[in-house]
Amino acid sequence: MAVMTTTTAPDLAISVSGLRKSFGDKAVLDGVDLAVQNGTVFALLGPNGAGKTTTVRILSTLIASDGGRVAVAGHDVAVAPDEVRAVIGVTGQFSAVDNLLTARENLILMADLYRLGRRAGRTRAGELLDRFGLADVADEPLSTYSGGMRRRLDLAMTLVGGPSVIFLDEPTTGLDPRSRRELWRIVRELVADGVTVLLTTQYLEEADQLADRIAVLDGGRIVAEGTAAELKRLIPGGHITLRFADPSGLSAAAAAFGASQRGVTTDEDALTLQLPGDGGVGSLRDVLDRLDAVGARAEEISVHTPDLDDVFLALTTGR
Amino acid sequence: MSTRNRTVTDTFTLLRRNLRHTIRYPSMTIGSVFGPVIMLLLFVGVLGKTLGRGLATASGAHASDYIGYIAPGIIITAVASGSMATAVAVCVDMTEGIVDRFRTMPISRVAILAAHVINSVLTTVVSTGSVIAVAILLGFRPHASVGQWLAAGGLLLALSIALTWLAVAMGLVSATPEAASNSPMLIVFLPFVGSAFAPASSMPAGVRQFAEYQPFTPAIESVRALLTGGPVGHHATLALGWCLVLGATGYAWAVAAFAKPRAH
Repeated sequence: MAVMTTTTAPDLAISVSGLRKSFGDKAVLDGVDLAVQNGTVFALLGPNGAGKTTTVRILSTLIASDGGRVAVAGHDVAVAPDEVRAVIGVTGQFSAVDNLLTARENLILMADLYRLGRRAGRTRAGELLDRFGLADVADEPLSTYSGGMRRRLDLAMTLVGGPSVIFLDEPTTGLDPRSRRELWRIVRELVADGVTVLLTTQYLEEADQLADRIAVLDGGRIVAEGTAAELKRLIPGGHITLRFADPSGLSAAAAAFGASQRGVTTDEDALTLQLPGDGGVGSLRDVLDRLDAVGARAEEISVHTPDLDDVFLALTTGR
Repeated sequence: MSTRNRTVTDTFTLLRRNLRHTIRYPSMTIGSVFGPVIMLLLFVGVLGKTLGRGLATASGAHASDYIGYIAPGIIITAVASGSMATAVAVCVDMTEGIVDRFRTMPISRVAILAAHVINSVLTTVVSTGSVIAVAILLGFRPHASVGQWLAAGGLLLALSIALTWLAVAMGLVSATPEAASNSPMLIVFLPFVGSAFAPASSMPAGVRQFAEYQPFTPAIESVRALLTGGPVGHHATLALGWCLVLGATGYAWAVAAFAKPRAH
């Protein structure tokens, strides 16, 4: 877990220490520490109810914390919320577009609220409509928009003010795979432009695809933090699974590999034998040679490498 | 930019948004015209004859001029229902994600509410004007000078601003749009328990005291005196005083309610 100091390092876009928040007597956040480097994507991963949205709502000045310190772009959210608001953009879980306006009107509304000036505001709206593939439908009522188009408009509105820190709260929840990939592409472009992104997600693939660092939030606490590779190393390594046609093959193989050895498990019902191994060609060849030596024939061989799903399931409590 | 300039700029930006809503979805506005017009038809066309005779006994006014007596009351009801429609509009708006977006932006928070208020007051001017026009079509014959019309208009405007701030607060504290449409009913019907349709002096004790001292009665009496001739007396001062109290309460309540985050 990241070690936090009480002062904000200048290269940190977001710095959180000891963040606490309760609703009634239910502690939603119970001492959360986060450090997000400028220009990186940080994913907050966790099951429903872990406290992801609450964290984003505190960081984006929507609600106050009960304790701890939060700085965004060097500004304390409790002391200088307006300075924080001037540099952030937020796309929440619930669509934050005006459904009674068109896409262009929504973007111009944002431009006017950011005081870009009439001409500059209209130019910016036009650019964003082009970039997000909404130019053809810019003047249609939003009721005709798909979920994906709505999300793209939502994100476009977040970008009107040119934020340096963007919060995306479950940005792809409910989107089809194509729209999801489209949104990922946009997030990558943003980071390439130097923007810092903090995103929450319950999709491990999303965190794996996008994030430089991942924190796993569960029950209001960070239970693990690191790069995707570091997190995968946290849990037991990969394994090789062999399935046999009959019990005699299974018992012969189990004897050959030493059923009592660490990491070796047999499943009599499924007729499978699980061996530790990273799935490399060398170790596979070794396994097959030893099978041949005892005359056991495997029906099927499969290799499992640890992924973030394993990390997620191993680290978070089921509820 | 100074805070005040920022608030003004943001208010006008957001007002454009609210006006678009009103123009594209005018059903609420149409509703706040319909209610008072139906009341007018009901009280004049259906109940007018009997009520007029009763009024003549109570106050010595001419039985045939019942519309002259109730039109100012109905105009006030139009102002009240027009203003109170804001509660629903505000409550619906708060359930939209875009208000949460506004809260994360460097914009004046009061501007979000002020835009609603100005939009609603403008709508109420239009709806109240329509109600006055219908009253005139039905035989209401005000004999007021330009100055008196302006004075009456000014008072109605003040009343509308005060009631709208109150309605904004009610909309903010209502959990659902349904609740937001119920709570202001109390205010819309308050003129009935005032001098809108019958003089307070004709009411039973208890009700009479309430009718005499409640906020709508001085407003109704002032508008009636200004439009149909008669001494305005202390009514106008009292009415403006009430507007100030109601408006200030509504404003303070609304700002405090908006500062609290809404649970999702």
